[in-house]
Amino acid sequence: MSSTLVYSEREAVRLELLAGAREIARARQLSVAVALLGPGSAERAEVYFAHGAEQVFVAEDSMLGEQQTDACAQALAQIATQAEADLVLIGSTRRGRALAPRLAQKMEAGSVTEALGLAVHEGRLLVRRYSLGGNTVREVAITSPKAVIAVVPGTFEVAQADAKVDGAVVRVPMALTASRARVVEHKKKQVGAANIEQAERVVCIGRGVEKREDLQIIEALVKALEGELAGTRPLAYEFGWIPEDRMIGISGKAVRPQLYVAVGLSGQIQHAASIRGSKVILVINKDKSAPIFAMADYGIVGDLYEVVPRLTQALQRGP
Amino acid sequence: MHIAVCMKQVVDLEHIRIRPETREPVLEGLPVKFGGFDKNALEAAVRIKEADQTTKVTVVAAGSAKLKDTVKEALAMGADEAVLLIDAAFEGADSGGSARLLATAIQKLGDVDLVLLGEGSADEYSGEVPARLGELLGVPQVTCVRELEILQGGGIRVTQDLEDELEVVEVDLPAVVGVTSELNEPRLPSLTAILKAAKKPVQQWTAGDLGVTADMVGAGAAKVQTLSNRAPEQARKGLVYEDPEEGIVEVVKALRHEGVLKT
Ligand SMILES: Cc1cc2nc3c(=O)[nH]c(=O)nc-3n(C[C@H](O)[C@H](O)[C@H](O)COP(=O)(O)OP(=O)(O)OC[C@H]3O[C@@H](n4cnc5c(N)ncnc54)[C@H](O)[C@@H]3O)c2cc1C
Repeated sequence: MSSTLVYSEREAVRLELLAGAREIARARQLSVAVALLGPGSAERAEVYFAHGAEQVFVAEDSMLGEQQTDACAQALAQIATQAEADLVLIGSTRRGRALAPRLAQKMEAGSVTEALGLAVHEGRLLVRRYSLGGNTVREVAITSPKAVIAVVPGTFEVAQADAKVDGAVVRVPMALTASRARVVEHKKKQVGAANIEQAERVVCIGRGVEKREDLQIIEALVKALEGELAGTRPLAYEFGWIPEDRMIGISGKAVRPQLYVAVGLSGQIQHAASIRGSKVILVINKDKSAPIFAMADYGIVGDLYEVVPRLTQALQRGP
Repeated sequence: MHIAVCMKQVVDLEHIRIRPETREPVLEGLPVKFGGFDKNALEAAVRIKEADQTTKVTVVAAGSAKLKDTVKEALAMGADEAVLLIDAAFEGADSGGSARLLATAIQKLGDVDLVLLGEGSADEYSGEVPARLGELLGVPQVTCVRELEILQGGGIRVTQDLEDELEVVEVDLPAVVGVTSELNEPRLPSLTAILKAAKKPVQQWTAGDLGVTADMVGAGAAKVQTLSNRAPEQARKGLVYEDPEEGIVEVVKALRHEGVLKT
């Protein structure tokens, strides 16, 4: 019997995918299994049974201590064979996006990364993802017997831990070829606790903000709105003015607030694709022809250095 | 060292129009260019060459006949030569097919030590080709690379930009490396460089040259079939005020009315 296998290097994402896999498995009447990689990983197996996994496959080989893509792909291919998995769901994190296609190549499977949603229709697996830089959403069908899909974190909601599965932990002996890539250093990033994906109001800034000190003006607006600060890619990566977990776009986060305020950003498609879920979009930009105005519910053409402080005041005044 | 830089020709994404009736994109007649991250990959290769003149940089690109034009920019940026993979048999490939085609071409080049490419293409940003290429060539692959250094004893040291950490990895060659835009600032070629580029060798390889068929690398090999590709519905009000004074007053009123402000 075939099964759906779930893997991510992150526990929170594994649990999300497990919930998604159970939905899909119900439609296909298949079982659901989770893969855990690395020394000591079997300790967490119970969590997955409580969330409805029927089997947990564990590979504790020391070569899986670092998450080198080629080693992980080898391990998952061996687990997929043992689990008789015809569908593997992987978290589309940066590691996952590299791992999924490599695994698919080993399994001779069709693959999609950055999947926004999946469904089974008349026995076929259908997957949605952004295309053409975010201008469009492409719907594809997998035509091969096997599929590896990397799903964007947050696509599925973690289910309640109320399943009483009396599952089995299966230890899979590994035959791994050592990776020719060696991790020599980990440098932790300064990551805040921001959760802009869940925020009700988001103020997003772009290159129109000239100096780091000017963030004060924006922060006053953020405060008046009781919202969260976000930025475009150049602000997070080139200038480092905002932490990367506050970067919106296809290579960052997608947001769906009640109110999204674009301040001094042009609205290139790689950014704009990730704000479509917003209920109301307000744009402040001095260039009337900036593409972001095409997505505006409300727009103010003007210099942010004049508009933002006055808008902040008007909001503080109350009704 | 021989570096192959794989580059993908994409339509200019900023100029895509959406047909209102069908919400489908209009792609005909749009200008094409190499994707942004691909140019970072090429720039990295050219800088390695500038530091070590024995290095050779070959651009490998698959696509339409327009590539013959598109590739001129890459040669002007400093690539030594280019191999263009143009054949009707390559059409309709999914990322598995594209990776197999590129892998076959790289194997035909024979002596490639390092494959550089964008970690994602500008249009699909799937990151599938670097990963599948690594597997097909049987070499390690590192992606999201924002720093790259050649080590004295051969091999490379790269910094992978992950969500919550930077991971520094040393990799034996040959290897496949997918880069991000933070790696460098791609150069704008000078006029002399553009003129010199016209004389650089450009080869064109067909399915026959590579010994492949459509069933191996094209539509026949695709495991992913597109059912539809449309712009999502977007109905926005589009109330834009050119007088900021008036705009601020009206916008605050409207936001209250919409009920999107903190009450
Ligand atoms: C593969 C790929 C992935 C990418 N992923 C992302 C992503 O995830 N997120 C992302 O954001 N970008 C991404 N990008 C980059 C993206 O294409 C744009 O380069 C970027 O979003 C532009 O940022 P910006 O709008 O801040 O800057 P700009 O495009 O420079 O826009 C600045 C805007 O500010 C306005 N302005 C200037 N001064 C003022 C003023 N005083 N008052 C008011 N307005 C002013 C200008 O009119 C202009 O419209 C990606 C690119 C590629 C190729």
